Amino acid sequence: MVAGIDLTIAHGEFVTFVGPSGSGKSTLMNIIAGLEEPTEGFVWIDDTNVTSESPKDRGVALVFQSYALYPHMSVRKNLAFPLEVARLGAREIRARVIETADRLGIGALLERKPKELSGGQRQRVALGRALVRRPRLCLLDEPLSNLDAALRTKMRGELKKLHEDLDATFIYVTHDQAEAMTLSDRVVVLNAGVIEQIAPPREIYSHPKNLFVAKFLGSPQINVAAPETLGLMNGAFGPVLAAIRPENICILQSPTNPRAPEGRVYVIEPMGGETWVTVDVGAARIVARAPADFTARSGSRVWLDIDESHVLWFDAKTSNRLDST
Amino acid sequence: MTSRSRAGLVLAVIAGASFCIGPFGLQAITSLTHDSDLSHPGLPGALTLDHYKSAVHEQPFAHIVRNSLVVASAVTLASLAIAAPAAFAIAKLRVRGKSVLLGATLAISMFPPIATVSPLYLALRRVGLLDTLPGLTIPYTTFALPLALWILTGFFQDIPSELYLAARVDGCSMFSAFRKVLLPLAMPGIATAAILTFIFAYNEFLYALTFLSSPDKRTIPVAISLFAGEHTEPWGEIAAASTLATLPLVIVAIIFQRKIVSALTAGSVKG
Repeated sequence: MVAGIDLTIAHGEFVTFVGPSGSGKSTLMNIIAGLEEPTEGFVWIDDTNVTSESPKDRGVALVFQSYALYPHMSVRKNLAFPLEVARLGAREIRARVIETADRLGIGALLERKPKELSGGQRQRVALGRALVRRPRLCLLDEPLSNLDAALRTKMRGELKKLHEDLDATFIYVTHDQAEAMTLSDRVVVLNAGVIEQIAPPREIYSHPKNLFVAKFLGSPQINVAAPETLGLMNGAFGPVLAAIRPENICILQSPTNPRAPEGRVYVIEPMGGETWVTVDVGAARIVARAPADFTARSGSRVWLDIDESHVLWFDAKTSNRLDST
Repeated sequence: MTSRSRAGLVLAVIAGASFCIGPFGLQAITSLTHDSDLSHPGLPGALTLDHYKSAVHEQPFAHIVRNSLVVASAVTLASLAIAAPAAFAIAKLRVRGKSVLLGATLAISMFPPIATVSPLYLALRRVGLLDTLPGLTIPYTTFALPLALWILTGFFQDIPSELYLAARVDGCSMFSAFRKVLLPLAMPGIATAAILTFIFAYNEFLYALTFLSSPDKRTIPVAISLFAGEHTEPWGEIAAASTLATLPLVIVAIIFQRKIVSALTAGSVKG
């Protein structure tokens, strides 16, 4: 279920829908593709009202999370399928299939059946089947979520490059906030069928509209606590919450800053390039990003040096961000 | 596996196979035995093809086999042509009351055929289809449809919905998505339904006996049952005719079985 969605996407834009499962991302995508009809409202593509048009008349391509390759057809037939349905000439089809396959690096796999391909190769075929039509709008429904971590990162980069090379609009659905941050021109954060915020990724990250958005983007998650716990002055009227990203907290081994709150190390997670340190401060559990060589024993005393210019303030009741301070 | 349990398995397989093939074997042997040898048990002393000759020559046998094949093929084609799109719609489209529909068809297939013989006879006489092969094909199709529909609905439900949606997005209409993507993937189901429908129509006896009266319209089960005269039971000829009548079924089963296997190995979405 989605409600009150009012969204305009420019030509050539890369827009990402993020949100937890059940937030309406896929429903929204199906409505744009024409697979589901909205009970209310309209879908416009290029100044045409397509709300009641069937999917085939919309010129929209869709990449499914499960790839949905036609198992009884070879890679070549899979790629050619949308063109054959559109009754293009045999020579044109051949040329476009080869061009698309070469662009995606699957030129050598054309005679194989989907079951003879690895996950990454299937993903490329699914992408190819969407791009071979040169669609005005390409929808991607969690296209990378079935790949392993290393391949996902690689394909993420290739996808971004592909979008830069092609003159097409991409709408991308994901629940992976790293994909949303790295790929998008704009991010649409959805929650329970309602848009929480639409903004470029940097802005979403630095100026989230409310606590939901703040918590959804960023890894590790933003720290939220009562201001007193963090040794911060409450400058607003009424109850507020302070939120601070882990990279804006510096761990001190001795109380060099007199205002830094004291805590005890809960756990240390070396990530390779950096180390995540979880600290118990009063009732709150705060995560900070420390340099890779940071070491401390669990339970040892540390102090948190908080960069106050990066603290975000939220209304404790409405959980909306407060603009002042 | 220990040698003991292996021996047990082999024994069980032999027992099962003999149970299934035994009657056919006995029938085949009977069909090759002289009438004089039939009265005492044991294997015959000499083999003969006389029964086959008389079965084929004394009856319009080729004609009867042709009748059966025509009726069974027509019923199979008609049932699949109706059941496949219907099953696709029930499995993949938003159809209101699909469970009611499926339940109703199941209820129809539970109906005892004997109860419908008289009304069907009157209806067929009214429309002038009595003693014609179409008069047999139409009621057979109505009885074969529920089974075909149930089998095919299951197969279509097992095909991931994304494949249908992908075909729609790739530019197919509802029907061409069915024809180009879902139907080829449902081939194992089509083959299964085809075999069962064909066998049902090929073997049906009650309607064929009631609705057909001219000897040249008869189907195999009726013709064979009428081999027996008032005072004679020509077992050898009956066995010969039955053996010949079984051959088309064996051929159909082999053809479709190959289809089933090749379709099953065609690969799936995620594999």
